[in-house]
Amino acid sequence: MKKQQIKVATANGRNRRQFLKTSGLAIAASGLLVACFDDKELYGNDGPFDLGGGDLGVLNYAYALEQLEAEFYTKVLNGSYWSGAAEMEKTLLQDLYNHEINHREFFKTAITANFDADEVLPMLEFDFSSVDFNDRDSVLSTAQLLEDTGVKAYNGAGKIIETGAYLVIAGKIVSVEARHAAAIRSIRGGDMDDFKLFAGDDAVDPATGLDGSENPSVILAAAGGFIVTEFTANKLP
Amino acid sequence: MSIIKLLEDFTTEKLTSESSSRRQMFGSLGSLGKRAALAAVPFGLAATTSKAKAATTASAMQTYPVSALQLALVLEYIEATFYAKALDSGILSGYPKAEAIYWQISKHETAHVNLLKGALGDAAFDAPTFDFTAGGNFDPFGEDGTNSALAYQQLLILAQAFEDTGVRAYKGQAMNLMNDPDLLTVALQIHSVEARHASEIRRLRGLKGWITGDDRGMGLPPIAQPVYIHEDNTTQGGVDVTTLGDGSPFSFESSTEAYDEPLTSDDAGAIVALFLM
Repeated sequence: MKKQQIKVATANGRNRRQFLKTSGLAIAASGLLVACFDDKELYGNDGPFDLGGGDLGVLNYAYALEQLEAEFYTKVLNGSYWSGAAEMEKTLLQDLYNHEINHREFFKTAITANFDADEVLPMLEFDFSSVDFNDRDSVLSTAQLLEDTGVKAYNGAGKIIETGAYLVIAGKIVSVEARHAAAIRSIRGGDMDDFKLFAGDDAVDPATGLDGSENPSVILAAAGGFIVTEFTANKLP
Repeated sequence: MSIIKLLEDFTTEKLTSESSSRRQMFGSLGSLGKRAALAAVPFGLAATTSKAKAATTASAMQTYPVSALQLALVLEYIEATFYAKALDSGILSGYPKAEAIYWQISKHETAHVNLLKGALGDAAFDAPTFDFTAGGNFDPFGEDGTNSALAYQQLLILAQAFEDTGVRAYKGQAMNLMNDPDLLTVALQIHSVEARHASEIRRLRGLKGWITGDDRGMGLPPIAQPVYIHEDNTTQGGVDVTTLGDGSPFSFESSTEAYDEPLTSDDAGAIVALFLM
């Protein structure tokens, strides 16, 4: 099995192998997990993966969010809502899937090319059990949440970026996330005869005309419900 | 030369009887007008001597944010004025969904104008006089006898052009704002709103909310192609993203849709110039 790079930690900071031993969980389960880990990595590490700071931190942060969205849309395209959806919605969601997968692979490639291997965020594990991928409203409302979150995340991360080229890349992506958000909202708004939902007052401040913007710590706390793999962002605001 | 100078020159040209037509002043359509280029570039590349270059570079380092905001203000003025006129024209009265969308967008653009004027302070300026016919290429308000159904189509076409331009122009100025984190953040927060607008206008017109290749989309005349120049780029951070994997996420279409491209100051200025009286 490929050496697992993620240093999974429990809430109290002990490594998972020790936790499994002392918690009395099934040998088979712990054995399976343990087989994936290199002992030296497991015991010699300093805790969970940290995204890093500055450019690296923002790129890993963006990569994490793109992984989240890519996995979400992958599940959408495997669900029965999508397979039975109206043509326009099928195409739209497939486009979103295409874009997020592209974004994810771009970040993986870019970070790998510009930083050390152990600085690259590994593949994360997600938990979408709260979403019913066979239910249209569950899918669309979650899509809206993820896209709006992406916009706020990128908008809040811009000021942390140190290298102009990375800011340009983040800029190229955030506007597409905003196009996504507007499109999902537009579909949902159409259902409710709310033709302003695409850029509704709940997303865009009516007094200033400004979209949301949040720091990484806020976004990660909010998105944490979907992310199983522990990681930290101690060097990001 | 700043964007303000460009606007002043327009006013002067209009008043002098010897002035050539606006189109002649800019040279051939579709190519970058020389004056627009000079005006839009914030660091005065018109200076040719090294002494002049040094002088302009020094002042340019401080004026990058100002030039960026001035370009943004012109674009917001175009949009705010356009949407107000559109709502006033009565053409949208038969189209309640479009009307609701235009009201929401109009509210944002007016707020953006006020925000940018506040940020610019003394470096702000009043709205120029706009020619939304772009020299007779459009009749969006039905003023020239165009029937209202056709005028409606042109209203949507122009809105699409303005919004897609706005997204790309703001993006092109991001690096000019890096030294001011708060200003950069505000610019990003406006930029994503323009993207929401663009997405919805495009979808109202029956297009996708995102740009495929450099396709300006059904109904947009060739004069609007500068809005989509370089949107067919697939190289991001030195990587050709079509090579990152197999399948639909890495097609030319997906790869170009997934990233919006910045517009340089020059190219944004050229589009603005089309709509200046």
